[in-house]
Amino acid sequence: MAALSIRTLSKRYANLEVLKGINLDIESGEFTVLVGPSGCGKSTLLNIVAGLDRPSAGTIEIGGRVVNDVEPKDRDIAMVFQSYALYPSMTVRQNITFGMECRHVPKAEQEAALANVARLLQIEPLLGRKPSQLSGGQRQRVAMGRALVRDPLLFLFDEPLSNLDAKLRVEMRMEIKRLHQRIGATIVYVTHDQIEAMTMATRIAVMHHGEVQQFADPDTVYRYPANLFVARFMGSPPMNTMKARLEAEDGGPVVVIGAGRPDEARLRLQGYDAAASFVGRDIVVGIRPECIAEGNRGFSGACGAPVVVNAPVEMVEPTGAETIVLLRLGGESALARIAPDIRPVPGERAAFALDTRRICLFDPETERLIA
Amino acid sequence: MRDRTFAPSRMLIYLVVLLVAVAYLVPLIVVVLNSLRSNEEIAQTSMIGWPLRWAFGNYLTAWSDFCVAQTCAGIRPYMLNSALVTIPATIFSTLLGAVAGYAVSLWRFRGDQWIYGIVTLGIFLPQQMRLLPWTIVLRDMGLMNTLTGLVMIHTIQGLSFTVLFCRNYYVSVPQELIRAARIDGAGFFRIFWRIILPLSPPILVVTVIWQFTHIWNEFLYGVTFTTGQQQPVTAALIALSAAVADIPQNGVQSAAVMIAALPTLLIYLIGGKYFVRGLTAGAVK
Repeated sequence: MAALSIRTLSKRYANLEVLKGINLDIESGEFTVLVGPSGCGKSTLLNIVAGLDRPSAGTIEIGGRVVNDVEPKDRDIAMVFQSYALYPSMTVRQNITFGMECRHVPKAEQEAALANVARLLQIEPLLGRKPSQLSGGQRQRVAMGRALVRDPLLFLFDEPLSNLDAKLRVEMRMEIKRLHQRIGATIVYVTHDQIEAMTMATRIAVMHHGEVQQFADPDTVYRYPANLFVARFMGSPPMNTMKARLEAEDGGPVVVIGAGRPDEARLRLQGYDAAASFVGRDIVVGIRPECIAEGNRGFSGACGAPVVVNAPVEMVEPTGAETIVLLRLGGESALARIAPDIRPVPGERAAFALDTRRICLFDPETERLIA
Repeated sequence: MRDRTFAPSRMLIYLVVLLVAVAYLVPLIVVVLNSLRSNEEIAQTSMIGWPLRWAFGNYLTAWSDFCVAQTCAGIRPYMLNSALVTIPATIFSTLLGAVAGYAVSLWRFRGDQWIYGIVTLGIFLPQQMRLLPWTIVLRDMGLMNTLTGLVMIHTIQGLSFTVLFCRNYYVSVPQELIRAARIDGAGFFRIFWRIILPLSPPILVVTVIWQFTHIWNEFLYGVTFTTGQQQPVTAALIALSAAVADIPQNGVQSAAVMIAALPTLLIYLIGGKYFVRGLTAGAVK
C-alpha cells in the first residue's frame, strides 16, 4: 500500500511557482529523502503534506485517503522540525505527552507510551527537564520522541539535523537510520545535505526548481543520475562534467575530451549502446572523482587493463583518507580521488587510471542522461 | 584601566542629570511636604516650606472625613470607584490584547495586518475626539454615569496599546511552535493557554503596569461620563478643590493627592524592573 501519494501537486505564491506538478508514490516502510538546494520547494512540499500549507492544485493521499481538506492533526502524521519546536515552558515529559493530552488519551496509556519512547531514545533521565536545560542532541531526541509517541502512519522530518554540529550530526544520522530499521516507520525526510540523503534513504527524490528531477534508490541516483543537475548535486566532491565529442572507433564509442587539441583525451567505452545515435555529436561526459585514480590502480571487477592517461596536475588537496587532485583532462579541469599516500607534484604530469565503465553521457541540449 | 568616575566630562553629565531630576521632583516634594503641614501653617507661611509640626492627621482627614460634593466621607469611596474601574479594565484589556496580539502575530489570516493597523491607530487618535462617540454609545447602552461604562471604555481604548505590546512580543515566538502544536492536535485557544501564555509573563507585566497607570490616572472620561458618587478619584480631586475654594485646605488636598497617586506608585515600585526589562527584551529562547 502506498503510504503517501502525491498527484500533480502544484503551489504558487502570487506569480512565483514553487512546485510544478509533483508526482510521488511512497510505499509503506520506506525512508524517502527529499533533497535539493535551498529554494527548490522541498520544505513547501513537506508542509503541504503536513497540512500546514495548502496546495494550489493536485491531491495528497495518506494511507489511501485524500487529505487535502483534512486538518494537520487528523492526518495521522507526526513532524520533527529544524528548530525542534519544543514547547519552552513544558518539561520533556509534557512535551512528549502534549499530543496525547490534546487527543484525550487516557493517562495510563500516555504513561505507557511515554515510557516506551523514553526507553527507545534513552531520554529517561531527562523527562523532568525543560528544553532550555537540554543540549542540542538531547533536544533533537526529545523532538523525535514527541513524534514517535504518536505512532503515526507517516513521519515528516524537516531538516532535523541542520542545527547540530558536524560530529553530532553524523551520530544522529546513524541513530535515525537505526531507528528506522528497528521500527520500520514510513519517513519523509527533507534535507539539503546530499550525504544525509545518500546514507539514510531507501529512496531519494532530488528536487530542483519545484520539480522532482529523479526519484530512485540512492545507488541508482548516484550511478545513473537522470540529468546534469542530479549528477552535479549528488556526491562530494561532485561529478566531473566536461564538454566532449562522441566518436566511433572499431565499432565502439570513444569519448574525446578536448578534440583536436594536442592533449586530447580519448576514452574507449564498452557497451553504451544507447549512445549510438550521438556518435559524431557533442555530448557532456560525467566522470565521478573516484573513477579517476593513480595510474597503477586496478578497479575492482574490471576486465582488461584500465584506461590510463597522462595529465598535468594543477593542485593537490590531501584530506587524510585520500588525496584530491585537480588535473586537466583534454584541457578541461577534473577532480580525482587517489590513494592518500600518493602526492603528485602540481605543475607536473602524472599518470591516472580511469574507470570507464562508470562514465555517464549527457545530452548537452536537454541535459538528460543518454547512457 | 583609569578610573573615569570623577573625570570632568563625567561630572558634567552627573550635574545635568541631577538638575533634571530636581526639576522633575520639585512638585512631588512640595506636595509631600504640604501633605504633612497643617492648613493653618501653610496659610500663615508659604506654599513651600519645611513642616514646623508634622501633621499626619491630614491623611486621615483626606481619607475618610473630608467633604467632597456635599458628602463627608473623604476620598475613600472615590478610591474604591477607581479600583472598581481600573482593576477589571486592566485585566480585560490585557487578556484581550494578549489573545488579539497572538492572533495577528502567529495566525496569519486574510486582512490580519489591516486589523492590527486599525486597532493600533487608536493610539494616535486624540482623546477629545472620542468623547462624542462614546457619549452616544454610553447613552444608547444605558451606561451613562456608571462604573461599568468606564470599564468598557478603558477596556476597548486600552486594546490599542495592549495589542501593540503583545503582538510585538509574540512575533519573536518561532512559527514552528504553532505548527508543532497544530500537528499535536491543539487548537487556537489550547495553544494560547498552554504554550503562549506561559511565555508571556514579561510582556503581561509591562501591559498591566501600563494599563493600570493609565486607567487609574485617566481624568477626562471620568469627569465627563460620571458625576457625584460615581466619579473616580482623579475627577473627585477636582471637586474637592472646587469645594474648598473659600477656605484653602492645601494640607488636606496634598494628602488626598498623595493617596490618589499611591496605587500607581506602588505598582511601579513592585513591577518597575520588569517594566524596563520587558520593554527592551522580547526574546523567548
